[in-house]
Amino acid sequence: MKCDNCNKPATVHLTEIRQGKKIEKHLCEMCAAQSEGLPVKAHTPINELLTNFVMAHSGLAKEQQQGVACEHCGITWAEFRQSGLFGCAGDYAVFEKDLTPLLQRAHEGATHHTGKVPGRAGGTGVPRKRTVDLTKLRKELQRAIEAEDYEKAAKLRDAIREAEQV
Amino acid sequence: MGRSNMQIGDLTGQAGEWLRGTGPMSDIVISSRIRLARNVMGYPFLSKTSRPERQALEHRVRDVILGSAVSPQTFYVDLESAPQVDRDLLVERHLISKPHAAGEGARGVAVGEHETISIMVNEEDHLRIQVLRSGLQLEEAWEQINQIDDKLEAKLDWAFHPRFGYMTACPTNVGTGIRVSVMLHLPALKLTGEIEKVFRAAKEMRLAVRGLYGEGTEATGDFYQISNQTTLGKSEEEIINDFKLLVIPKIIDYEHHARRTLLNDRTVALDDKVQRAVGVLRHARLMSSEETLTLLSHLRMGINLGRVKDVEIKTVNELFLMTQPAHLQKLMGRKMDGDVRRAARAEFIRKRLGGVA
Repeated sequence: MKCDNCNKPATVHLTEIRQGKKIEKHLCEMCAAQSEGLPVKAHTPINELLTNFVMAHSGLAKEQQQGVACEHCGITWAEFRQSGLFGCAGDYAVFEKDLTPLLQRAHEGATHHTGKVPGRAGGTGVPRKRTVDLTKLRKELQRAIEAEDYEKAAKLRDAIREAEQV
Repeated sequence: MGRSNMQIGDLTGQAGEWLRGTGPMSDIVISSRIRLARNVMGYPFLSKTSRPERQALEHRVRDVILGSAVSPQTFYVDLESAPQVDRDLLVERHLISKPHAAGEGARGVAVGEHETISIMVNEEDHLRIQVLRSGLQLEEAWEQINQIDDKLEAKLDWAFHPRFGYMTACPTNVGTGIRVSVMLHLPALKLTGEIEKVFRAAKEMRLAVRGLYGEGTEATGDFYQISNQTTLGKSEEEIINDFKLLVIPKIIDYEHHARRTLLNDRTVALDDKVQRAVGVLRHARLMSSEETLTLLSHLRMGINLGRVKDVEIKTVNELFLMTQPAHLQKLMGRKMDGDVRRAARAEFIRKRLGGVA
């Protein structure tokens, strides 16, 4: 099939419903980009699309964060990118948004810890309740999703969120 | 610390427990190692600590380690004041990393239970806890290191976040902070040229393949360290089980198969390789450490395949260690370079293998 506008092969096929009337358009990539304003790039791998999406979003955050330094250790995102090392434990929360895609690349897509949990944490020296059940909850959530039990999944998701706030 | 130096001297003459060449699958699996990265809450990571902070942290962690009975016969080496040859010796024994030996500022290592336990203090993270065992013993290693972690945690608050897990200086270690490494001796796969397949498969499984001394070292003497890279999103047990049930048995099978092929189809070539190694090791007058590793590797394979009967695996394992530069100098009691060192190495090997004096 050839493009409606020029003679190049049509790779973009649009179906528009205008006032109840169906209009079909067959365009090449160039014409689609020009006349329809569709920034189409043929065969963009899905992960690239997702990365661009993530980058676009964190890009906004980056502009705001350019000057942002951790108030505890003073490190900036740029400084971290250069050395690969954080300055303190607080950096994980400070740079969470930029860090997430990085973690996913380094850890096979994972973003959450599911392993051992210390019996106490918080720096107060006061023993804290173990939150081991987070691991269990996440596994249950996975199972609920697989079983398409969305009601249960929603409940589990809320429970996980709550537990993470602690 | 005079005391610690004396202890290091005591180590020199023998191999650590993990090198005794026993344990499951020890014809191929040299050792199983698990390392946990931990940081103490309330202190910055080490790239941002001031001198006094770093010192205070080291003292605190050292006191906790020595006071919590993590292991019997634990001793602590202050690496800031230790001479270079001692630091190199600890690297050769796999008790500290190369960067830790070469680092600066207050730092140290606690070594316990016949060198099966080592805890580096102020390396890249505040603590790097390591358990090292002979042969394929990952579950046992995990059980032991998990208990050590619990004991230390009773007195130290780890930097931990419900989402990120154990927070580490480098986010590639975050989550469990675990690194599982298995050291394998794969001479037959190397000789048959099939080792590349193992590398490719490992890469696909997101595993790192390194040389004898970890990151950035070449695979000498056909020793390869296989370790996990993913530390987040899987539990410690899952990571260990992947190794124990999937990865390592597969590689062991490959190596056994390659060894059988050599034995059945290329017997003469195999014997030639092995006996040349025996000949050179028993007669040479100058030996570099690289050539030593290569030849000891062939000898080790020869013993495992029953082609050499008058040398024990234990002797070969010990030679791997004792012929390293720092060990050799420590054993001879003097600093040596160049041909003097190579001559001393050759003599040491000849004596141990009952060669020509």
